[in-house]
Amino acid sequence: MKLPAVPDPRNLGTILRTIVAVNAAAALYALARAGGAAGALVEWSRATAVLEPYLFLVLAILWALGPWLVRQPFRLAAGIIALVVVLVGIGLFAVMQYLDPQPAANLLLWLVWGLVAAGGLLYFFQLRSRALSPAISEARLQALQARIRPHFLFNSINAVLSLMRSDPKRAEIALQDLADLFRVLMRDNRDLAPLADEVELCRQYLELEQLRLGERLQVDWNIKSMPPDALVPPLMLQPLLENAVYHGIEPSSAIGVVSINLFLTRGEVHAILRNPYRAEGGSHHSGNKMALANIRERLALHYDAEASLESRVTKDSYEVHIRVPYRTAGPDRAADAHARAQGASHASHREVGRGSFERGLLPKGLRLVPREVAHG
Amino acid sequence: MAESLLRVLVVDDEAPARRRLRDLLDDCSAALPLAVVGEAQHGREALDLLQSAPADLVLTDIHMPDMDGIEFARHLLKFPHPPVVIFTTAFHEHAVQAFEVNAIDYLMKPVRVQRLLGALQKVPRLKPVSAEKLSQLASCARRFLSVTERSRVVLVPIDEIVYLKAELKYITIRTAQREYLLEESLTKLEAEFGSRFIRVHRNCLVARSFIRGFERRVNDDGDSHWEVLLTGVEETLPVSRRQQFIVRDVGRETAA
Repeated sequence: MKLPAVPDPRNLGTILRTIVAVNAAAALYALARAGGAAGALVEWSRATAVLEPYLFLVLAILWALGPWLVRQPFRLAAGIIALVVVLVGIGLFAVMQYLDPQPAANLLLWLVWGLVAAGGLLYFFQLRSRALSPAISEARLQALQARIRPHFLFNSINAVLSLMRSDPKRAEIALQDLADLFRVLMRDNRDLAPLADEVELCRQYLELEQLRLGERLQVDWNIKSMPPDALVPPLMLQPLLENAVYHGIEPSSAIGVVSINLFLTRGEVHAILRNPYRAEGGSHHSGNKMALANIRERLALHYDAEASLESRVTKDSYEVHIRVPYRTAGPDRAADAHARAQGASHASHREVGRGSFERGLLPKGLRLVPREVAHG
Repeated sequence: MAESLLRVLVVDDEAPARRRLRDLLDDCSAALPLAVVGEAQHGREALDLLQSAPADLVLTDIHMPDMDGIEFARHLLKFPHPPVVIFTTAFHEHAVQAFEVNAIDYLMKPVRVQRLLGALQKVPRLKPVSAEKLSQLASCARRFLSVTERSRVVLVPIDEIVYLKAELKYITIRTAQREYLLEESLTKLEAEFGSRFIRVHRNCLVARSFIRGFERRVNDDGDSHWEVLLTGVEETLPVSRRQQFIVRDVGRETAA
């Protein structure tokens, strides 16, 4: 198992905890040596007169090394910390001996204390970070789960209501899509999921949007060379499509195309989403930035530096490009996902360029096609 | 008034939302005589429609392309007998807050038939929302200015305006084609449209995009001042002494 790196010496929490722990240890030491409260104060003040400059000098040097230190493997970083403790100890001891030679002082004792304190603190921070880190990243992942715009929910329900009288079958399918969508949104989305599932989710989402926007929303799927079994963070694409519709389609009464390009190249999965760009609209940037930051952070949590997300604005379009390493689950699950996705991409192929909403409204919804393929 | 027919116009960019409202209005018609005079996809289409088919009540969405509900309601006030406006909204937290604060009538989508009926019955007692309140609700600048000409409302797209000039009671709007008279305050227009226009004189705002250049003029007394040269319009406009700095500023921008 990869050991977590040393605590960040520039973190205020680290610094405070270190100072408090070292001083508390010194107080205990003084109390034990003096054997009583009265003598302990004198003993403590004597000890801290040496201890404090030592402690702060070490902290200052570690602070300076901070950004570099945290990037080193644990063993190396711990060794460097020990080295700093020893060198500062020797240096400080020499200065003090020069200023006021004390016969009782013992260099070895200094260094032992220093190293024990450093080792103890490192051990403590290590334990703490192990206890916290899964909780922290889980909490963040949960908090980061892309949240759908309430605006979309209420407009969709309104659209379904409008179908109730005239076309109950369509209303039925739309409600099923809505239920599926919310099932995914509300479930525990910490684990990676097959890309095919994400594509399916996007499809259901876009069908609901087409229900309300009609032919204004055209979708161009390009997923022939998509690796359906690639594992990706759930809700990696759907929030981006939501942005594409909200910012690219809704502000105009003209027809707009949202295009989705998914492909595998050189061991990496690429997703390129494009939508018409409309310069006006004040709220555009904040909401969009939030979704991008959200996905970028989740990519970082799952893949660290191996994944990237870039967005750019061209003359009349807005484009987001996601790159993640191609990873798959075990062979069984991969095959299943592949079969399902084959169905999906097959189905999608028929759809490209076709008018908007008849598709999802057939009694046998698109969702059913992949399952049939998988089982047959 | 109670027996007379209530004429309703439905405005929403989403076809299903319009249909839903029509269905509900249909349900209400048993309890209250009403007729749907038409449907529009956005404010501009609705304004066009109302010129020929007047209505007593407009049910309008807020978030719409081309012209949103708030701007639409502002232009509606230019009609000789402006209809009552009730906004419909799916979920716009801020908008709803603003409505509550200003006591403006709105319906939450999905709309319930009882709520709609309640709103319809209130219509004869409702007054149009003031321009003041509407301008506070607006989240962005208008896309058009509206003027009344022979009891018709004419829309002037903001990006066609070359300059706005205050004269006595009115403001002259100048486009490349013609002039219009507007009854608004130049200071408020300047605040609303911000960087689009620049003040060249106490009584005149010029669209930056129409400034072609500046020319120094010397009159008979030997005094000199700057004149703004405009694209698409022959005449030039004087720059006041106080606003002279814009010659340098705008010049630098166009050079850059």
